[in-house]
Amino acid sequence: MKDEPFYEPLEEVEPGHTFLDSTELTLNMGPQHPSTHGVLRVVLKLDGEKVNGLECIIGYLHRGIEKIAENRTWVQFGPFVDRFDYTAAVSNSLGYCLAVEKLLQVEVPKRGQYLRVILTELCRLASHQLWLGTHVLDIGAVTPLFYAFRDRETILNIFEGYCGARLTNHAFRIGGCRWDAYEGFSQEVTKVCNDLMPKIDEYADLITGNRIWKQRTKGVGRISGEDCIAYAITGPVLRGSGVRWDVRKAQPYCSYGDFEFDIPIGAAGDTFDRYLVRLEEMRQSIRIIRQALEGLPEGPVIARVPKVIKPPAGEAYCAIEAPKGELGYFVVSDGTAQPYRVRVRPPSFINLQALEKMAKGGLVADVVAIIGTLDIVLGEVDR
Amino acid sequence: MVEELKQVHGEAILKAESYLGQNYLVVDRSVCHQVIERLRNQFGYTSLTDISAVHYPKDELPFEMFWILYSMAKEDRVRIKTRFAEADEVPSITDLWVGANWLEREVYDMFGLRFAGHPDLRRILMPDEWTGHPLRKDYGAEQQDQAWVQKNLGIESGQ
Repeated sequence: MKDEPFYEPLEEVEPGHTFLDSTELTLNMGPQHPSTHGVLRVVLKLDGEKVNGLECIIGYLHRGIEKIAENRTWVQFGPFVDRFDYTAAVSNSLGYCLAVEKLLQVEVPKRGQYLRVILTELCRLASHQLWLGTHVLDIGAVTPLFYAFRDRETILNIFEGYCGARLTNHAFRIGGCRWDAYEGFSQEVTKVCNDLMPKIDEYADLITGNRIWKQRTKGVGRISGEDCIAYAITGPVLRGSGVRWDVRKAQPYCSYGDFEFDIPIGAAGDTFDRYLVRLEEMRQSIRIIRQALEGLPEGPVIARVPKVIKPPAGEAYCAIEAPKGELGYFVVSDGTAQPYRVRVRPPSFINLQALEKMAKGGLVADVVAIIGTLDIVLGEVDR
Repeated sequence: MVEELKQVHGEAILKAESYLGQNYLVVDRSVCHQVIERLRNQFGYTSLTDISAVHYPKDELPFEMFWILYSMAKEDRVRIKTRFAEADEVPSITDLWVGANWLEREVYDMFGLRFAGHPDLRRILMPDEWTGHPLRKDYGAEQQDQAWVQKNLGIESGQ
C-alpha cells in the first residue's frame, strides 16, 4: 500500500489571497433594502462587523422637480412640491407658498396663518409618528409601529376632511389657504390632540426604558454640535447634539411668534437623544396646535391675489422648520408667470451627508439605526 | 460689516444691497472664498445654509452662483453672489464646511460648473456617464441622454 493521501493535495494559498483572509469586505446595501426607507444605496467597507467607511449613492428617485418648475407657472408648480418630502407634504407646501408670497409681498390674513400653523404642526406629528414607527421597527421592536400608525391615521383623517387628500394634499395656495376649516374641525383637532398626548407617553413607556433599545441607541451615531454645523445639519439632529436652534424661534414665520413653545435639545448627540428630542417635539407641537385653535381668529383665510401670479422680477429665500430640518426655497422671478428658478434646500439631502461620519467605526447593524435616526426621505434627497 | 469688507477687498465688492429685507453681496469671483471665510470667521456667519446656481444664458457672464450663510448669534442671513463664465472655476468651500461637499457636487451635476479644490467632484444625482447638465436653460425639459437610456435601461426612449 502506497503511503499517499487519498485526496488531492490542496494548492498552497498565500495568506491574504482569498476573500476570507482579506481584512476589508465591501458590502452593498440597497437600493432595495427595507431599512433604507426608499431607494438609497450604501456601499459599506467592513472589517468583520466594523464599518471602516461607507459611501452613499443617491439619485434613484431623481425626477428633476427643479427643472419641472421652470416649465410650469407659479401656481401649477404648487402640487409638485408635495412630492419632495411626501411624508410631510404640508410643510413643503407652506415653504413654497411663503417664498412666493415674499416675492409678491402679500400678507396672509391672520386666520389663514393660524390655520397653516395647525395643519403644519399636525403634519409634523404625522411625520414624527412615521419616523418613530419605522425607526423602532428597524431596530427590532415591531409593536410601536402599529401604535404609531394607528394614531397617525387620525391625523390623516383630518387632512382628508380638510382637503380630500391624505398624503400629497396640496393644502395651501399662494396667498393663504384654499379652504376654511370644515365644520367640526376644531372639535376633531382638539380630540386628536387630547387623545395623542397620553399616547406619546405610551410610546415612551414602550420604548424609552427598554434595555435592548438603550443598548442599540445609546452612544450610537454620535455627532457633536460643532460637527453638525460643519455638515450644515439642521432640525432634530442638530438639536439632539445640544444646539438650541429652530427656524420657528430664530426667524418666526406664519405667526409662530404668537405661540409659546419650547425647543427640546439633547446632550450626547446620539441616537437615543435624538429620539427623546423628537418625542418632546411632538408634545410641543400639540401645545402649539392647542394655542392656535384657542386663538383662531375670524376672517378670510386667503389674501386677494391675482388669478395669474406674476411676481415682480427679483429673488428671495424663505426657510421653514420642516419635520426633518430647515427646508428652504430660493425663488427667482423674471416677472413672468413662470418661475425662472426654484431651488430647494432639502434638509434630508444635507443631513444624509453626515451618515459616513456618524457610522464610521461603529458596527454594521448601527448603520441601520443611524439611517433611521437621520430621518431621511428619499423623495427629498433626490428630488 | 460692508464697510470693512470694502476696505479690505475694495472694488471686488461689487454690490451690497437688500431686497425684500434680505441682504446680499455681489462679489467678484476672485475674492468670493476670502469674503466667505471672513464672514465666517470675523462676522459670525458660522452656518452654511445652501449653495446653488442660476443660469442666465443671454448674459455675458452666464452663471450666477450663490451661497447662503447664517449667523446663529445675530439670527441673520446673508447671500453672497458671484457671476462667471462656463470655463471659470469657482473656489470650493469644502475647507470651511465639510457639508459643502454634496452641495457643490450637485451644482457640478446640474450646471456643469467646476470647483477648484473640491476633493471629489463627481455627479451625484444623475448617472455618472450621463451627458449634459439638466438645469442649464439650454437643456430641454424632455431632453435625455438617449444613448445612455438605450444602453443601460434597454429601452428605445425614456419618453
